[in-house]
Amino acid sequence: METYYKPEDLKKFADVAEFDGDLAKKFFEYYGAVFEEGALTAREKSLIALAVAHTVQCPYCIDAYSHDALEKGCSEEQMMEAVHVSTAIRGGSSLVHGVQMMNHVKKVSM
Amino acid sequence: MIVKSLKFRNSKLADSSEQIEILQNTIQDSGEDNFSNYIKRSGIEKLTSRKIEIFQINMGKMCNQTCKHCHVDAGPDRKEIMTRETMQMCLDKLFETDIPTIDLTGGAPELNPDFRWFVTELKKLNRHIMVRCNLTIILSNPGFNDLPDFFAENNIEVVSSLPYYQKINTDRQRGDGVFEKSIKALQMLNERGYGKQGSGLILNLVYNPSGAFLPGPQHSLENDFKKELMDKYGIVFNNLFTITNMPVSRFLEYLIDSGNYVDYMEKLITSFNAAAVRNVMCTNTISIGWDGYLYDCDFNQMLDMKVKDNLKDHISNFDLNYLDTREIITGQHCFGCTAGSGSSCGGAIS
Ligand code: SF4
Ligand code: SF4
Repeated sequence: METYYKPEDLKKFADVAEFDGDLAKKFFEYYGAVFEEGALTAREKSLIALAVAHTVQCPYCIDAYSHDALEKGCSEEQMMEAVHVSTAIRGGSSLVHGVQMMNHVKKVSM
Repeated sequence: MIVKSLKFRNSKLADSSEQIEILQNTIQDSGEDNFSNYIKRSGIEKLTSRKIEIFQINMGKMCNQTCKHCHVDAGPDRKEIMTRETMQMCLDKLFETDIPTIDLTGGAPELNPDFRWFVTELKKLNRHIMVRCNLTIILSNPGFNDLPDFFAENNIEVVSSLPYYQKINTDRQRGDGVFEKSIKALQMLNERGYGKQGSGLILNLVYNPSGAFLPGPQHSLENDFKKELMDKYGIVFNNLFTITNMPVSRFLEYLIDSGNYVDYMEKLITSFNAAAVRNVMCTNTISIGWDGYLYDCDFNQMLDMKVKDNLKDHISNFDLNYLDTREIITGQHCFGCTAGSGSSCGGAIS
């Protein structure tokens, strides 16, 4: 079946170098450095990546970081809490704009 | 769901040659993805033993559990266990060597009726003895409740599997109720001094992933296990060993049935770590089967790949000079030992 997203394309991520090797090299080096153990542990970074993957709704990133989080020893509970953090921020960011709506309504209403 | 052994179910995979064929054919065994080519590229012409430091004895395939991932295909329905005669041969050969560590495994080694006799005799040889105890055996029958005392009296190192510090993942892999019984057994071992500082009684745990993924960093998982087991159950232990699930036997069946086989093998191959090759466990271990045959490791044992020289492949013609420097028989399953941080019965190796 033809779909826009193909699971096997995730494995071809590095192939983006084909059209621009220099920028791809810089990106992947940067990417690798970002996920190294630092002030945040590699496991914390994996959970953040999982939450962001859900925010940007990238199927590749969701597969990749669900797997990575398991490999970092995260529990299913921790992973679902990360998804709820993403959900709360997305929902909250809509809802907080309700203040802007109220401001406008109040401004133009008697 | 009650799991039965592959053998009991007459599964095709109960035949080791069927497993080898799958491992060889699905992932190209010839050419680039061949394990021996990978080790050659990492600068090692042939994998050979350095010197035997661990004499690992598989006392039988009988087990009180039937874990989904078991590479031994062990279970209550397996009747193959080591006889006292074969144990005596092991004792005689060990007496002539200075191999420092004896590692008792199975199945559940404690189910062998000669287990305690054998340990008592091994003890006289003054070697370090480890037992791979599945924990639930201690509670499986009142006759086994005193195992912590028996282990302690003989100063045996206990190595026990606990795939995760939560019930859900543990029970999914090892069977309903296993987590609670394992926790109780760990508390009994702690009461006897196991895992406690200054007791000299070593209790190590084994983590293996509850599915088709690689284990995480050993040190950080150990910290998580220590914290969670202490906070929730007051349990202490010495070290956590992370072990990769090998694509052998029931784990191979799980991989195939769940549609994860190809991805998992690709993951093992793409995670090949040249630094782990020199420390794979066959380089310092000899594995003895329940029937006395000799193998480079427990995985080769389950694939029925005996040591190379067929005149020296049984405990009755044990030849330490040969075994110490033997060439190892490898296959595509070996990628399980070299993926990521590497894996052995003693955990990560790089
Ligand atoms: S993994 Fe260990 S405890 Fe589980 S069935 Fe196999 S031998 Fe028994
Ligand atoms: S599977 Fe056995 S023979 Fe192969 S590398 Fe691992 S320990 Fe060595």
